[in-house]
Amino acid sequence: MPLPELLKELFSTWPLFQHMPLWFLSLGCILGLLFLFVFPFAGVAVYVERKIAGDIQARIGPNVVGPYGTLQWIADAIKLLFKEDIIPKEADKKLFILAPAVIFMSGSAAFAVIPFAEHLVLTNLNIGVFYLIAITSIVTMGIIVAGWASNNKWSLLGGLRSAAQIISFEIPVALCLMTACLVAGSLNLSEIIDAQATFRWGILHNPFMLIAAFIYYIGALAEVNRTPFDIPEAESELVSGYNTEYSGMRFAIFFLVEYAECFVISAIATTLFLGGWHFPFLDLSTASLALKMPLQIIFFMTKCIILILIMMWIRWTLPRYRVDQLMKLCWEVLVPFSFACFLGTAAWMVIFGGKGIPELIAGLLGFGS
Amino acid sequence: MKAYDVIFYLFALLTVLPAIFSAFHPNILYAALSLFISFFGVAGLYALLAADFVAAAQVLIYVGGILILLLFAVMLSKNIYGATFQEEKKKKIWPSLLGMLFLGVITKIAWTTHWSEALVDNLVQPTTARIGHQLLTDYLLPFELSSLLLLSAFIGAITLARSK
Repeated sequence: MPLPELLKELFSTWPLFQHMPLWFLSLGCILGLLFLFVFPFAGVAVYVERKIAGDIQARIGPNVVGPYGTLQWIADAIKLLFKEDIIPKEADKKLFILAPAVIFMSGSAAFAVIPFAEHLVLTNLNIGVFYLIAITSIVTMGIIVAGWASNNKWSLLGGLRSAAQIISFEIPVALCLMTACLVAGSLNLSEIIDAQATFRWGILHNPFMLIAAFIYYIGALAEVNRTPFDIPEAESELVSGYNTEYSGMRFAIFFLVEYAECFVISAIATTLFLGGWHFPFLDLSTASLALKMPLQIIFFMTKCIILILIMMWIRWTLPRYRVDQLMKLCWEVLVPFSFACFLGTAAWMVIFGGKGIPELIAGLLGFGS
Repeated sequence: MKAYDVIFYLFALLTVLPAIFSAFHPNILYAALSLFISFFGVAGLYALLAADFVAAAQVLIYVGGILILLLFAVMLSKNIYGATFQEEKKKKIWPSLLGMLFLGVITKIAWTTHWSEALVDNLVQPTTARIGHQLLTDYLLPFELSSLLLLSAFIGAITLARSK
């Protein structure tokens, strides 16, 4: 049952909501997801990232606002909201305003198909994975437009670098996602998770899937422009890249979308490779909804947060790649390997009749089915 | 007029208006960017026809790929701002004649085709399974031919990139 119908059923006991049209409830779901989850998540992620950066570099990090600096992100958000919104005189005003909107649209539209728990997904699209690849590719356009509209050489260079980088890394990322879809036999994110029930996680299915998971993670890091692949906003070369000229809330939107996208790629990795809301050897299919849903959300979020923490760990320990090294890494390492993984997985599916290593071991030992 | 019709005309408007804008706007960057909305309108029309896979492919290929390359090309050309860009070489007769011819052919096809109205009533779900099946059975030859075309394009691109 998709979420809007579930909500409709929940609200049907409440007189006020009985005659609400479906689009109103859907809109409510979307706004709720954005304001209750995405914005606070991005804020907390910024705080956590700064604390981790402090720990790694033997500093203290934010510690002034609130206990242990925990309210720093709220203070930052309020500061950015009330800051003056400066549009450079020579900038292309219309496009300057349009660019953050496009980026925000693309960043938040990706949340529509992320399955947090069995019924907790906004739209259960049949082509979920494909939709995600398509909708996240729009960010590139926003970044190019932002770089161009700023009328600033650093911004333009950042925008062009970013476009080249995202277009290149899209190929290994999409190939790895297709490999995972091949194993699950579906493009629907919920069905992909169902195919990985209990211990049959995608990453354990065969050796090629293990490599594909790592390639996906590396490529996705590059797609969201995070260190070691943050050449579009390399501070030492380009001031701040494509968002140099932005200030106030528009600047905040770039940051917000960056953290939202970090969550999105972690959620995709969790869904396709780490079994989504499943926990090894814990079968929740017969449990009641009240017990199942919180547990599934906890499992899903735990896996996502671990991946995000790894991302932050990587960011503060590794130096930045050079542009040519980056392109070389993509075209000469990741693309051939992801093709090999794709073909290898296809061959595995034919030879072993679609069974993964955990199932084969279980079959040998004579338990499970 | 049902809700379906309203949504159809909305998407049709979203497709046609930016397309007209992109054909007549003197600033080539704005012309390229208005295609962005037009492509989305087309994707919406596909989604309305229950072709979800084609809609996503439209966004992925046209917005995520072709439009980005278009923007690259636009940014590498000079004099983007100002009306000079399009008025340097004004050839009006042949393009308009060809355009009229193309419009005529499209209109002819639209009028003579027998449109199936029961398209949305009996949905095929999931569409991807059906598309894959059709591609590898009935339409195998066109599929292979297009992959051959893509392969030759790849080889051509690599040859161009290497000849330094």
